[in-house]
Amino acid sequence: MKVIVGLGSCGIAAGGNRVLQAVEEEIKKRNLDVEVKKAGCIGMCYLEPLMEVVDDEGRSTMYVKVTPEMVGDIFESHIEKGTAVEKYALSDEDRGYLEGQHRIALRNCGKIDPECIDEYIGAGGYRALEKALKEMTPEGVIEEIKISGLRGRGGAGFPTWFKWNATRMASGSPKYIVCNADEGDPGAFMDRSVLEGDPHSVLEGMAIAAYAIGAEAGYIYVRAEYPLAIKRLEMAIAQARERGFLGKNILGTGFCFDINIKAGAGAFVCGEETALIASLEGERGMPRLKPPFPAQRGYMGKPTNINNVETFANVPWIIKNGGKAFASVGTEKSKGTKVFALAGKVKRGGLVEVPMGIPLRDVIFKIGGGIKGDRKIKAVQLGGPSGGCVPESLLDTPVDYESIVKTGAIMGSGGMIVMDETTCMVDMARFFLDFTQKESCGKCTHCRIGTKRMLEILERICNGEGKDEDLETLEELALNVKEGSLCGLGQTAPNPVLTTLKYFRHEYEAHIKDKKCPARQCKALIAYRIDPEKCRSCSLCARKCPVNAIKGSKGQPYEIIQENCTKCGTCKEVCRFGAVYVE
Amino acid sequence: MDCCQCKKSGLDDRFPDEEVDLSLLDGVLEKYRGNPGSLITVLQKAQDIYGYLPKKVLYHIGRELRVKPAKVFGVATFYAQFRLNPIGKHLIMVCHGTACHVNGAELITSALCDELKIKEGETTKDGLFTLQNVACLGCCSLAPVMMIDGEAYGKLTPDKARSVIREILKKEAEKGEV
Repeated sequence: MKVIVGLGSCGIAAGGNRVLQAVEEEIKKRNLDVEVKKAGCIGMCYLEPLMEVVDDEGRSTMYVKVTPEMVGDIFESHIEKGTAVEKYALSDEDRGYLEGQHRIALRNCGKIDPECIDEYIGAGGYRALEKALKEMTPEGVIEEIKISGLRGRGGAGFPTWFKWNATRMASGSPKYIVCNADEGDPGAFMDRSVLEGDPHSVLEGMAIAAYAIGAEAGYIYVRAEYPLAIKRLEMAIAQARERGFLGKNILGTGFCFDINIKAGAGAFVCGEETALIASLEGERGMPRLKPPFPAQRGYMGKPTNINNVETFANVPWIIKNGGKAFASVGTEKSKGTKVFALAGKVKRGGLVEVPMGIPLRDVIFKIGGGIKGDRKIKAVQLGGPSGGCVPESLLDTPVDYESIVKTGAIMGSGGMIVMDETTCMVDMARFFLDFTQKESCGKCTHCRIGTKRMLEILERICNGEGKDEDLETLEELALNVKEGSLCGLGQTAPNPVLTTLKYFRHEYEAHIKDKKCPARQCKALIAYRIDPEKCRSCSLCARKCPVNAIKGSKGQPYEIIQENCTKCGTCKEVCRFGAVYVE
Repeated sequence: MDCCQCKKSGLDDRFPDEEVDLSLLDGVLEKYRGNPGSLITVLQKAQDIYGYLPKKVLYHIGRELRVKPAKVFGVATFYAQFRLNPIGKHLIMVCHGTACHVNGAELITSALCDELKIKEGETTKDGLFTLQNVACLGCCSLAPVMMIDGEAYGKLTPDKARSVIREILKKEAEKGEV
């Protein structure tokens, strides 16, 4: 018998550690010989904490939303008597979440213990590195990546082989490999999940890249906000050194390569290659003009190749299974799979890896199970602050780099936030611009001041003070910011505004002309009221109201004093009769 | 980036000048001295030690690493991770990532501001709580989320967020009586 507890960051947040503790107590109490393993995230975040029981015949049962109390039942019935507790197990419907996926980058996540190198090796790990070092030339490795059609998974989709080749051909030494793990999109967490759930795949991918371009040193630039990822990476690096997969004379081939971790300090702009390099060098993370590209002059002025976590995680699979196998998945120009962080108003949120070319609608409805509360979907946001909102009418757009760009959004690193009719699109644009405005490094005038002026206009519109000419000014500013910025942050910051203006202009107009927020989200344009027909005078709302804005007496419907109301929504949340409504 | 606030007297005057034990940093400085590009790492270690970056520490690091104070301040104020003011005993981080935003993170922050009688970014007078909005905690399926002292609280409502704070206050009061 084997018990596996999912302990990614989201599993821990949902109470995974308490489940693990309960498991250990049960084993002690019952004096059992059960192996307990910790795994990373399998991606079913909406069902966390997860616990898998594998019996001696290898049959596996996945238990979902596990509480410490349930652990006792599972031990009593399944582990002691061999009868699975069906009511706690993964339902057939939820199994559909995994079945619609095609896992390459996430192949090991949630399946192996990330803190144990033997499990990675047992799953075929480090065999690709051995194959590359012993059977392939560096040129051969680059050729294989070229055949695979792998493109950068960080967002821009630049062909990976081209970058590798450029760094290989560049003069200057030493050369560096950098893994960009500064996942900044607020709403994307696939890189964290790979680092937490399968750190060795990234190390192996980096080592293969280092062999291909001729580098001896590598850095992983990882967000300091990901303490668990850093801890597991540190363990993985130490284990890989011990086994001779990193360090001097790797696998007896004479090839030397080692990796160090640098923790980022929280700046979205550092996702940009040149800003990331500045940050690695201990400077403020400000981008610089390209060319020279990092492939020519990067870290410490030396040729540097930067790829993102997901890109590196794909590399060992490609080398092991061949570029052709990878290229057989996906579309003509976008090969392989893409991992998305599916979240927002979707029923089943989490990490999903799908073949390129699948329509957005299938990701949201077939895998994600549709919209919470069966409300109507309005849009899906792709690419975070650099991306845009794709409206419901374009949901049949296939997931590939070119098709998504045509909608005005970008593939991005893979944030996919689903929005329903209760999401205000003007507020969404304001939200993203607030983010990029704060994160602008301040180097380019258009980005620094342009985003600020755009934000002011959006705030004004959300506050019901929008002017007729605002939309035109927004569009003009947006185009100027795009053109007048050096790096990707400024060049893409207006995308959320431009796409919402393109597809949801009527919502902007409703805010400006009618002073109404159609989604009933913008505080200045809404009012909370109590329906006297539905109110049962229970006085709960009045007692819970933090500002005493609700008056009434027994037998009479209660009423909200609008002048005092701060629109915090507490009354609506606590009312048991659905009497509080927003207009 | 916020607008420059230079009219408000010098940068130097905007941060507290507390007496601190600089020798706590000796080990860190020893390890990274002469290692170019390690300024961010040293600042991170210093913040781990002091809980924030006291002004005296910034000057000390500049002297020891042979970096100009302007650059030390520049880096320390550029990155969101660095704090130049002390924080309260409990750090409340309210996630304002996209998923949390569409699920009502704004309402959580305003409920907490009201409960604690402070604004976002401030510390309560008793020094117990600091309230901070953060970009993303990465627990999107539990949205809206907040994290207090490393523990995540998910699927919040304004009311639930308030009761978490009251729970902590209750525990603090009990500790005070013991």
